[in-house]
Amino acid sequence: MTILINSSYIVASIAFVMGLKWMGRVETARKGNLISALGMTVVVLATLATPGMTYEWIAAGIVIGSVLGAVSAMRVPMTSMPEFVGLYNGFGGLASLLVGWAEYHHNAPVWTVGGAPEGPAPIWFTALACFLTILIGGVTFSGSMVAYCKLAERVIGGKPILYKGQHVVNLGIILVVLLIGAAFAVHPGGQVTYALFAVAIVLSLLLGILITIPIGGADMPVVICLLNSYSGLAGAAAGFVILNPVLIVAGSLVGASGIVLSIIMCKAMNRSFANVLFGGFGATAGSGPSGAHGEAKAASPEEAYYVLEAAGSVVFVPGYGMAVAQAQHVVRELGELIEKNGAEVCYAIHPVAGRMPGHMNVLLAEANVPYEKLVEMDAINPTMNTVDVAIVIGANDVVNPAARDDESSPIYGMPIINVDHARTVYVLKRSMASGFAGIDNPLFFKENTRMIFGDAKATIQALVAEFKAS
Amino acid sequence: MVEMMLLVFTFVLAIFLGLELISKVPSMLHTPLTSGSNAISGITVVGALVAAGTLHDSRFGTILGFVAIVFAMINVVGGYVVTNRMLAMFKSKEKGGQS
Repeated sequence: MTILINSSYIVASIAFVMGLKWMGRVETARKGNLISALGMTVVVLATLATPGMTYEWIAAGIVIGSVLGAVSAMRVPMTSMPEFVGLYNGFGGLASLLVGWAEYHHNAPVWTVGGAPEGPAPIWFTALACFLTILIGGVTFSGSMVAYCKLAERVIGGKPILYKGQHVVNLGIILVVLLIGAAFAVHPGGQVTYALFAVAIVLSLLLGILITIPIGGADMPVVICLLNSYSGLAGAAAGFVILNPVLIVAGSLVGASGIVLSIIMCKAMNRSFANVLFGGFGATAGSGPSGAHGEAKAASPEEAYYVLEAAGSVVFVPGYGMAVAQAQHVVRELGELIEKNGAEVCYAIHPVAGRMPGHMNVLLAEANVPYEKLVEMDAINPTMNTVDVAIVIGANDVVNPAARDDESSPIYGMPIINVDHARTVYVLKRSMASGFAGIDNPLFFKENTRMIFGDAKATIQALVAEFKAS
Repeated sequence: MVEMMLLVFTFVLAIFLGLELISKVPSMLHTPLTSGSNAISGITVVGALVAAGTLHDSRFGTILGFVAIVFAMINVVGGYVVTNRMLAMFKSKEKGGQS
């Protein structure tokens, strides 16, 4: 039986590796996700076959969790995807925390008795693994809940929350936690240690909140990736507690992938990890000098129609505003009408547009835009000066020329989509208010820029109507 | 002791494998990849099953395990379903994705 169980753990590990590999190509991605899910099923079944299991609680837990997971996942609209991924991620972290706690609760009485029998691993090792599991799991959980609230704009908004001396407070908490961890490894059993353990749980939850609240909504893609990484590491730590290799393999794969994606995101914004985590990006911006002067020129959809009708090439640049307005379907419709009119149409996607990595790709895919039409920033920028019309839909910071030209701008150095190089730029926006990062945008005042104020969906619908009427 | 060192060894190798696997993924797939790997992190359900199914000596430990199963299963099932939904939408023009 043990051989069979262990073999299925190996099979499942292979499934996770193949799954992630296949997830890296559009053609095989779906297959990759399915094989990974299959691997998970094998692991669960193999664990259930472990001798000495009792099933009442397990069955109830699996049914309740699966139903809640499946129903919520089928109902969530694509526009709310970022916050839901954050939420699920947090639940994974919480599960790890609870596993660490349960194992500690189980072991603590044994560990107090002097000279408890050494298992396959030394007691200090298992104790430390328990400790790391609750620590990383706790940070993942509370951090993800903050990310969820920020993304869903519940309770707290997307703005960074900063206070004086926060780095000192965080550092203090980390030091205390590390001290508790050390005490734990030395003396894992006993009432006092259990109390310390409880303190560590509370502190880990607090730490997750404190390190996430100063990070602004514009940096959420990085935070989501990072928390994803943590949840994997929490799983791996739980694997060290119960000495199960499949948790360690799967957990470290997730841990590594989250870190890689965070680094890619940071590069896309030309910022360091440290800057994202400790910078409080956007908190100081907004009122500062950014060289944005002049008068913005407004245009009506009718005027825009005549320009679009004559255009030979059109580039859409979607941002979070498109998601909020749920405009992706009409955007695709407009794109098709323009194509029928004889112009080339494509969609330029900035790597950090939206609230999670690749958010815009998913929304446009939902609207049936073929993925060949989605062009990455680096591919579109060299040809931007040959583009007749660029239409910016609810994107602010990723097209802000201040990132290129203005050294005093907080986003200086971030690669942007150079829409201002196109012959004409239409910016669809509700008002002149600055974007999520809170930075003024000189693009609005450029000679070749026209603002079309109003709800992005209504504006695009008006353009669609103009095309259909002609 | 040997077992412990082997697990540490596995951990280090798997981290490197993960770094290799992910470093060349196109940005278009970052959202499904994040959500798909997020589902994998629900692997902690194994620990939860062990806690709820084999640590009988305390009711409290069993309940902790039970709650852990619920949350881990939401993570696993929700993560995979959402990822599948997203990936199902990626269509190519050549394959007649246009509707």
